[in-house]
Amino acid sequence: MTNQINFTIDGQEIVAQEGQNILDAALANDIYIPHLCHHPDLKPVGACRLCGVEIDGGHMTMSCLEPVREGIDVRTDSPVIYQARKIAIELLIADHHMDCLACAAAHDCDLLTVSAYMGVQPERLERLRKTERDLPIDTSNPFFQFDPNKCVICGICVRTCDEIVGLGALGFIDRGVSTVVGTFGNKPFVESVCESCGECVVRCPVGALAPKKPEFAAREVQTTCVYCGVGCGIYLGISGDEVVSVRADRERPTNEGSLCVKGRYGFNFINHPDRLTKPLIKKNGEFEEAEWDEALELIASKFAESKGEKFAALASAKCTLEENYLIQKFTRAVMGTNSVDHCARL
Amino acid sequence: MEANDKTVLICRGTGCESAKSPAIQTELMSGLQGSDVEVKFTGCHGMCQQGPIVIVEPQGTFYANVKLKDVEPIVGSLKNGGGPVEKLFYKDPATKEGLSTYHDIPFYSRQKRLVLQNCGRIDPEDIDDYLAEGGYEGLKKAIFDMTPDAVVQAVLDSGLRGRGGGGFPTGRKWKFTQDAPSDTKYVLCNADEGDPGAFMDRSVLEGDPHAVLEGMAIAGFAIGAQKGYIYCRAEYPLAIKRLQIAIEQARERGYLGKGIMDGDFDFDIDIFHGAGAFVCGEETALITSIEGNRGMPRSRPPYPAVKGLYDKPTLLNNVKTYANVRLIINNGADWFASIGTEKSKGTAVFALTGKIANSGLVEVPMGITLREIIFDIGGGMLDPNKNFKAVQTGGPSGGCLPESFLDTPVDYDSLIEAGSMMGSGGMVVMDEDTCMVDVARYFLDFTEKESCGKCVPCRLGTKQMLDILEDIVEGRGKPGDIELLEDLAVGIKAGSLCGLGQTAPNPVLTTLRYFRDEYEAHINHHACPAKQCKELITYHILDTCVGCGLCRRNCSTNAIIGEQKELHYIDQSLCHKCGVCFEVCPPKVFSVEIRTGEVKLVES
Ligand SMILES: Cc1cc2nc3c(=O)[nH]c(=O)nc-3n(C[C@H](O)[C@H](O)[C@H](O)COP(=O)(O)O)c2cc1C
Ligand code: SF4
Ligand code: SF4
Repeated sequence: MTNQINFTIDGQEIVAQEGQNILDAALANDIYIPHLCHHPDLKPVGACRLCGVEIDGGHMTMSCLEPVREGIDVRTDSPVIYQARKIAIELLIADHHMDCLACAAAHDCDLLTVSAYMGVQPERLERLRKTERDLPIDTSNPFFQFDPNKCVICGICVRTCDEIVGLGALGFIDRGVSTVVGTFGNKPFVESVCESCGECVVRCPVGALAPKKPEFAAREVQTTCVYCGVGCGIYLGISGDEVVSVRADRERPTNEGSLCVKGRYGFNFINHPDRLTKPLIKKNGEFEEAEWDEALELIASKFAESKGEKFAALASAKCTLEENYLIQKFTRAVMGTNSVDHCARL
Repeated sequence: MEANDKTVLICRGTGCESAKSPAIQTELMSGLQGSDVEVKFTGCHGMCQQGPIVIVEPQGTFYANVKLKDVEPIVGSLKNGGGPVEKLFYKDPATKEGLSTYHDIPFYSRQKRLVLQNCGRIDPEDIDDYLAEGGYEGLKKAIFDMTPDAVVQAVLDSGLRGRGGGGFPTGRKWKFTQDAPSDTKYVLCNADEGDPGAFMDRSVLEGDPHAVLEGMAIAGFAIGAQKGYIYCRAEYPLAIKRLQIAIEQARERGYLGKGIMDGDFDFDIDIFHGAGAFVCGEETALITSIEGNRGMPRSRPPYPAVKGLYDKPTLLNNVKTYANVRLIINNGADWFASIGTEKSKGTAVFALTGKIANSGLVEVPMGITLREIIFDIGGGMLDPNKNFKAVQTGGPSGGCLPESFLDTPVDYDSLIEAGSMMGSGGMVVMDEDTCMVDVARYFLDFTEKESCGKCVPCRLGTKQMLDILEDIVEGRGKPGDIELLEDLAVGIKAGSLCGLGQTAPNPVLTTLRYFRDEYEAHINHHACPAKQCKELITYHILDTCVGCGLCRRNCSTNAIIGEQKELHYIDQSLCHKCGVCFEVCPPKVFSVEIRTGEVKLVES
């Protein structure tokens, strides 16, 4: 158990956990502090410089980097904070490729959230020189694309691949205003060590890393991924009677919001016309659709003829642990053989 | 060395080496073979513009701009015991008189050389030369006669402040690192020296590498570290080579390594080659870079003294800071504290450049005025007919001070108060032909390119300021741009993560503070008062032209039209504004005029 810390943000009493940072504590209490480079899954870096606060009337510091401390008085706004934030967000907008109407992230864009909070004035923006940048969009990955013109260099993707995935496929390239996120040698994604898990894509706060086929689900169903025995928690997004998206369940202890490439992007088999939805029995050299009862009876009779060393069972990684247990039990106790194996045996 | 034995010292600092001083050394050696004159090479003497420099000791005879063909007369004078070679004497820029020894040259006589005391005097590749000058005595005294606490106390009492720019009290930093509990600690030397035009640290490393090693070893003893790294940019191959030689010699003689001087203190040093990014001079970026990552700063706290290299307590100081340490230990904190001003002790080393007669490396006591450095030591303006306009200190983080600040004492706090800063030691002198908006643009161009890109205000803000400044110098400035620059400066200074961004607007802010009228002239009148910004000036031939045709023949774009002995004129549509016509028009005629502001085309 960690200790509780009591302090105030803008006069409001806050109870936080020891070790938490001020930004996370504020967000948990529905107090918004603007931010772009912070993600609760990642170590804070203080790069976007938007989340400044003043503690006990001191200099502005970044709330993502400041641990909560007992009794402190945190202010989320002051003339200095306002000025620094205002310049930062205006610079970001003047640098950004603002095609919001066509952007996959428009419904969930942190840049727009910050701008809305700051109330950006067009006449102030007009004073600024716009960045002229027309970098090619990397569409090499089958599942997502990367538009560097929309990237805000928050580094969330870089840190995600480093800290969560452990792969380190991404890094920063070049310096200053030319800084871009890229793979080793700035090669297209497919030519890099990227495993297409999409962890970076779901965390990108803007539309720079975005799924190629963004689909908006009308409703969601909570379930477990069918691919392997890990049993990641997912939400299937459904539109009409089709599964259109997969979202990781952050509450599920098995995956805590992470997924692999198959779990996240490999769901089109669900609605695929080639998918078997009824058992097939080979009659006269041709497969014919059958009812379940008939198929199961056929299997049972064949099993009964094949007890002992004639029999071997190969289980699937798509089954749960319990299902796999039952298969080995059945093989040993009913079929009388130890010949049992599994496709994911290591 | 017998009193009347002569030694010839030839400078082999980077500047003199590139002007063939190694060949001169070889020639001198073969010429003097068999004589009792010893030939040695040294590090930089500081007066790089006059190089290659040859000095004959003990008299201190000073030969400037020595060429290979000059070796013969020098050898002749030494061998035959004749008088010195007068034509190679340094000429006083004011009196044009030849000065025979460096003691007579104001550039040297007005300096106080402590950190640079061995530079130009000893052979940096020979540890015996360093030992002969009392080398490693400080380390010996620290290890055998003092406790770590006493060493830290001496540095505290000396009042030494960091020479890397910020001026943080060195003793306090040592104390923090000493107090941080850990078995493993590191001593780092910042030899990244990225400011444009700065070469103070390089000269110390090339001219007196052991002084830095000794300072680091004393620091290691004081804070309880066994390992040190020197972070030196790879663009300094000579410094790296001499450091490597010095480290090897120090190890051989037991001044580095296990059981230093047969005591029980272990300390060793390695060199880390930096890739030459300015931001890697920032302490946290430097540490990140040694750890093998992209050199990007991280937020402090934790400070390196608590959590530095590999998360261990780490002491980081500048080259010159370490070079001062042995002097403090040898001569005592009181001696050191007696030099300089109340809050800035010791000396400051500057790389004096720009429109100054004697450019080079100078070391002066803190508290001396800018006027003394520029006019007494520096010899005043390069072109005596031009007026002084401003002096820039502190590199890209600093500012430009106008004439009214010439009597400002040079110390950490006075310079900050004036809007500039000490920085690591660049000092650029500007004359009336310098456009201050263009100076600001130059520095912003540097910081914009060197920004690591991590944080928004610096990455995008320096670019925004640069775009505006480029617009202004190219005639596209808009009303409101000055206010926008000021607005941006506040946000960038307050918001940036590291010192690079926090200080990047300074060159703009000081030029706005002292030369605002120049910005206004550019924006409101399309005029560059210094007549430097190409887009805002035009060249014209006055009717005093005698028609000699010099300008016409020299113009690369054939923009000058006129018959011999007749009035010439410039076709503005063809003129590329290279300024050749202005240069070549004979001074007696002086018929080419640069106009700015009101664009008057000469009718044909
Ligand atoms: C952008 C930037 C560049 C810097 N470059 C250097 C450098 O080249 N050399 C240096 O000694 N300090 C440099 N510094 C200062 C260092 O961060 C650090 O303060 C210094 O090395 C500490 O040594 P000192 O206390 O001896 O001055 C730089 C700081 C910043 C923000
Ligand atoms: S791609 Fe997205 S997550 Fe990665 S740095 Fe850019 S904005 Fe941040
Ligand atoms: S201020 Fe500039 S150099 Fe420093 S961290 Fe930010 S972007 Fe990098």
